Amino acid sequence: MDNDSNGGGTTPLELVLAWGFVGIPLLWGVYGTLVNALKLFQ
Amino acid sequence: MGVLSILDRSHSVAKPGFSRWMVPPAALCIHLCIGQAYAFSVFNLPMSKLIGITKPDPDDWKLTDLGWIFSIAIFVLGFSAAVLGRWVEEGGPRRTMFTSALFFGGGFLISAFGVSVHQLWIVYLGYGVLGGIGLGLGYISPVSTLIKWFPDRPGMSTGMAIMGFGGAAMIAAPLSVWLISVFSTPTHVGVAETFVVLGLVYACFMMVGAAIVRLPPPGWKPEGYVPPTQPKKLVTTKDVYVYQALKTPQFWLIWIVLCMNVTAGIGVLSQASAMSQEMFPGRVTAATAGGFVGLLSIFNMAGRFFWASTSDYIGRKNTYFIFFVLGFVLYALVPYFGGAGNLALFVLGFCVILSMYGGGFATVPAYLKDMFGTRYVGAIHGMLITAWSVAGVLGPVLVNYIRQYQLDSGVPKAQAYNVTMYIMAGLLVVGFIANALIKAVDDRHHMEPETVDDVVGVA
Repeated sequence: MDNDSNGGGTTPLELVLAWGFVGIPLLWGVYGTLVNALKLFQ
Repeated sequence: MGVLSILDRSHSVAKPGFSRWMVPPAALCIHLCIGQAYAFSVFNLPMSKLIGITKPDPDDWKLTDLGWIFSIAIFVLGFSAAVLGRWVEEGGPRRTMFTSALFFGGGFLISAFGVSVHQLWIVYLGYGVLGGIGLGLGYISPVSTLIKWFPDRPGMSTGMAIMGFGGAAMIAAPLSVWLISVFSTPTHVGVAETFVVLGLVYACFMMVGAAIVRLPPPGWKPEGYVPPTQPKKLVTTKDVYVYQALKTPQFWLIWIVLCMNVTAGIGVLSQASAMSQEMFPGRVTAATAGGFVGLLSIFNMAGRFFWASTSDYIGRKNTYFIFFVLGFVLYALVPYFGGAGNLALFVLGFCVILSMYGGGFATVPAYLKDMFGTRYVGAIHGMLITAWSVAGVLGPVLVNYIRQYQLDSGVPKAQAYNVTMYIMAGLLVVGFIANALIKAVDDRHHMEPETVDDVVGVA
């Protein structure tokens, strides 16, 4: 956990879930765009 | 009303042990949804075939009329952010995010009804007006919250949220295309059903952000963080009231800085596909141009995080100086790259330009915080968004009309953008001058500490 927390509040699991909730769709979008962008250099 | 009290500012204050690293995902829940607006154009073609399906029908909507949906939404975004900024600040982030989710999701649902009864004005009202209000509220709501949680890294924190807005189209575009294909049949275009699904999914996603978000307790500071005792020249420790900020030259200079930076970038972004094909005929096809636009989107998104984070170390003013100087050089060189047939340098140049376009959006909340303090930064940011609305019209119009003028004057297609690039470089000179004129806000504009407490209304 981040050292700004005072312990007992936010758990590491909550942090992973929160970041995964937004990170997975974003990475999926970036991956698809990168694959498409590679056509430019083929 | 009792249930809705959980949306109040006072109920959003974090309890001891809450990690501030939960707040960026909350902000991203909002920005990853509302940034869908950048991908709205994927609906234009399907919506122009709702009646004729496979052949043109005179009763079908025209693309020029459909283009107004996005324009209305962006205009209302700027207008609502400017008008409702104070309500956002005083009501707190949870109430605003919740309201934003209702408006944005509801806008899709009303638009679905408009599509199903084939009444375009209902879509204007739904996505354009109501969705636009959701966009405006959602765009500014997490900004001041993040700045309060990250006083040591305000640029990085707002950069993370605004990065989501830049990246959202990369999710929304393929998702929308896939949903339309799922709901379409040989006799029906599945736009209305897609709008319903998107409205519900986005509303739920945004509600998660509203549930997660917290405000720091009064007086909270990150562990180990010592606020500077000697204020820096361009970083105030005091607050300026939201409407008082409008009376300062600094607000209008930053308005010009943002407007010039965005005008240059958005003009290129709107014509990137056609420009790459016309400057490199035979080498860049429609398919590869799509890849080029995608690459620009990635740099637009990454630049938001990179440049805003960098500004925490080198200062906001210096960051914008880099945008204007480097941008000027690159815009001036693009015609040379095109003339020399150097596709790699052409692509690289525009990728850097687009990273600075995104960086301009993401760095400006921290610039406002430095100038006007943290208390009303969200509301002041809302009013500054009008610069985006103006640039959103100015940039594409400049690029389109100058290109057409060049073609009408007999200039070959491959060189039709050269003058436009030089004009864009000129706009950056205006931005550079405005940035150079920015000095610290005069002390007479600052709020007295007791006034701050009265207005804030919380401990």
